[in-house]
Amino acid sequence: MSGSQSVSALQAEGITKSYDGRVIIRDVSIHLEPGELVCLLGVSGAGKTTLFHTLSGLERPEEGRVLLQGEDITGRPGKISYMLQRDLLLPHKKILDNVALPLVIRGEKPRAAREKARGYFAQFGLEGTQDQYPAQLSGGMRQRAALLRTFLGSRGVVLLDEPFSALDALTKREIHRWYMGMMDQLQLTTLFITHDIDEAILLSDRIYILSGQPGQITAERTIQPPRPRGLEFALSGEFLDYKKNILSLLER
Amino acid sequence: MKRSPSITSKLPPVLGLAAVLAIWLIASEGGLVPEFMLPSPAQVGAALVSEFPTLLANASVTLQEAALGLGIGIAVALVLATLMHRVRALYRAFYPLLVVTQTIPTVAIAPLLVLWMGFGMAPKVTLVALTTFFPIAVSLLEGYASTDKAAADLLRSMGASRWQIFRHLEFPTALSYFFSGLRVSVSYAVVGAVISEWLGGFEGLGVYMTRVRKAYAFDRMFAVILFIVVVSLLLMALVTLLRRLAMPWEAYEKIERND
Repeated sequence: MSGSQSVSALQAEGITKSYDGRVIIRDVSIHLEPGELVCLLGVSGAGKTTLFHTLSGLERPEEGRVLLQGEDITGRPGKISYMLQRDLLLPHKKILDNVALPLVIRGEKPRAAREKARGYFAQFGLEGTQDQYPAQLSGGMRQRAALLRTFLGSRGVVLLDEPFSALDALTKREIHRWYMGMMDQLQLTTLFITHDIDEAILLSDRIYILSGQPGQITAERTIQPPRPRGLEFALSGEFLDYKKNILSLLER
Repeated sequence: MKRSPSITSKLPPVLGLAAVLAIWLIASEGGLVPEFMLPSPAQVGAALVSEFPTLLANASVTLQEAALGLGIGIAVALVLATLMHRVRALYRAFYPLLVVTQTIPTVAIAPLLVLWMGFGMAPKVTLVALTTFFPIAVSLLEGYASTDKAAADLLRSMGASRWQIFRHLEFPTALSYFFSGLRVSVSYAVVGAVISEWLGGFEGLGVYMTRVRKAYAFDRMFAVILFIVVVSLLLMALVTLLRRLAMPWEAYEKIERND
């Protein structure tokens, strides 16, 4: 990371992307500051996943560019770690090999990659699963494994597409708390997609609202109370005010 | 947990086999069919025992041809299917041709191969290779095509090259399809080798069959057929074993699906 404070961890400038002649997102600009947890909220079909595909370099936009710590990475995959909607652990690889995959893809020796990955298993609550196959793990564990893989592949910035949506409410709360602690510890910058407004308000430093067809950023809200935010905040009037405001923004 | 198959699930096939044996016994011992045309199970058993060393010696030749042919078939299938998967134009050019080759009956081209290549091993190995590569190639193509697109996206987002996606995702995905194809091909390999031996050769189960047929030795005919069946079954079991060794994760996925 460059020492300069002014450089955003991730910046997208005027992204426009279409498929088959239909514009999906138009002139989208967002920025992530180092250590921030930012949420992208929007109704289905607003182009959230398209934006993530573009940020990750899987898709090249017709207009605009993507900067990672100031470096232009437009249309260049392999720079930002991207966790897609499902956990997508490869069924034929043991958890350790699944998790170490981004390092191997990057050209590290499998042995060294495995050793590096092994060091994080306890921290991610995955102790003892190294030699198991994904089919042997519960949904929550698989999600942690996918998060560990995402983290190992990252150079500080991660994109998470509905990372917690497949989990039941209790597991979700637990993973929320854990992820926040983890993010600070590992100094990650996160941009995540969710449909869950409560989740967005509870977790985020800032929220972008993507809506319309084509999708555009129609609003940006900063959530004031410092993280981590507990049950008290979740039941407060302040929380409800945020929620009302965001609901009205989404319905507009 | 893995449950061993219960006795009730083993009962129907055992009963079925017993019924067939009973009908055979009645037909032969009961005099429904003249004895020289349909030997009794006991006579076939006796022939199997007395002829066992000869059968074994001939089988080693046949199995060599089958193994060699199958090996070539697998290699050709792997290269062809992989190339066709990677290069769309090749797929379009060769897929119809691939299907057409399968409508050519084995017995029809076998004599041709003998004329071209003589009475040695070459025509047999060629025939086996021709009949075995198809099921494997088609299975592999289907397997490659079944790759999860989102998983491929994930790998691409990590910066994976096409080769890395093939190695880490497409090939392992196709592996179960490959083994399904191989299971079929293994039995084709034995049959293919035997048929090609009918048309000329010096040793092998097919040659042996021709010889006992000319002698009207029905008991030995039955014995060799039974022998081939058992060998084919053993080879198929071997494929299943190899599959388990090569794909240990499959065992867990099945448990999950059964839940």
